[in-house]
Amino acid sequence: MSSAKPVTDQEWDAEVIASDTPVLVDFWAEWCGPCRMVGPVVDEIADEKAGTLKVLKLNVDDNPEVARKYRVMSIPTLMVFSGGDERKRIVGAQGKAQLLAAVEDALA
Amino acid sequence: MPEPSDPREVVVIGSGPAGLTAALYTARADLHPLVFEGLEAGGQLMLTTEVENFPGFPQGRMGPELMNDLRKQAERFGAEIVTADVDRVDFRSGSPFTVTVGDRDYRARTVIVATGATARWLRLPNEQRLIGRGVSSCATCDGFFFRDKELVVVGGGDSAMEEATFLTKFATKVTVVHRRDELRATKIMQDRAFANERISFTWNAQVVDVLGDEAVTGVVLADTVTGDRRELRTDGVFLAIGHDPTTALFRGSLELDDAGYIVVREPTTATSVDGVFAAGDVVDHVYRQAITAAGMGCKAAIDAERWLGIDAHNW
Repeated sequence: MSSAKPVTDQEWDAEVIASDTPVLVDFWAEWCGPCRMVGPVVDEIADEKAGTLKVLKLNVDDNPEVARKYRVMSIPTLMVFSGGDERKRIVGAQGKAQLLAAVEDALA
Repeated sequence: MPEPSDPREVVVIGSGPAGLTAALYTARADLHPLVFEGLEAGGQLMLTTEVENFPGFPQGRMGPELMNDLRKQAERFGAEIVTADVDRVDFRSGSPFTVTVGDRDYRARTVIVATGATARWLRLPNEQRLIGRGVSSCATCDGFFFRDKELVVVGGGDSAMEEATFLTKFATKVTVVHRRDELRATKIMQDRAFANERISFTWNAQVVDVLGDEAVTGVVLADTVTGDRRELRTDGVFLAIGHDPTTALFRGSLELDDAGYIVVREPTTATSVDGVFAAGDVVDHVYRQAITAAGMGCKAAIDAERWLGIDAHNW
């Protein structure tokens, strides 16, 4: 089973901006209770969408640059990127159905 | 479609201290409870840092750790925990009841409702628009993003003092805005906030608008005595103005009081529907502590066991 792959500030451009497939990024941190709830859901989405959607997670503690650049001010925040552009931003814990709907919506 | 092993003896909705304690007790009575923990699993303690008043932990305990341990403890005795929100309940025809998650129906001989309460918002259009862009109801989640910034905390109770104190780890200045001229918070929490040099207080003031396009830049305050309005520059607004019971799911099927809390037949946890019990912050608007919620969860478990005709010998 595949799961969300960690991404760093340094890898951001190569992994997200230059990605051929759309990307879902989960901004999270160890100390964030709701993030721990969303994590497993994001892993499930990674598994189900393997091949069509790249699913990454960015630890904001270790990677403050990207979080600052995109003005993330609350976690969990999930963002959908396509062609290097931010298409959708989802703030706060959401269920799998809502997340999948938001991803579909962003890529429609 | 019904699941094969139905009906369940006990379904628990919610996974804060009340829900998980109910799960622990009914699991130990061999009732194999099924727990829908919801997307806010663990409840409000997941949004706290140090819990200093839960008995038995002299050094305090991190809220999320306490809840993870309680969850493990319930699972150890056979509680089955599902990470999903319940979409519908049908209590109309009596026990067994139907609990619907997505397109799946679960049947249960008894249901323990422990859905808790959720943070209240000011319900201002610009506040809602700027959630996640400087407006927050969770200091422990979002304080990190406000290093060297200036913040406003709205509220006058213990959680407002806790948030304000916590936020001074990051922010250079925290202004507590409270609509009255004295705090509701307990003395120990007040003293801690008053002693903190980074915290100041604005009394008799109400936030009537939040300013900012892409991110919060300020708030508009109205003086509750004179009605005068003024702007206060800030980088973020943290709400701590209380909680509302999570009872939308039960409107029309359980008796609720005027504020939306589930009514139980004290001293039991029996609701208006025979076989449905309720515990924790969804019932309690007086005490609202982790320990009182856990105590009520225990009562609900014992009430459900008795209702099922089981006098469990091994509580």
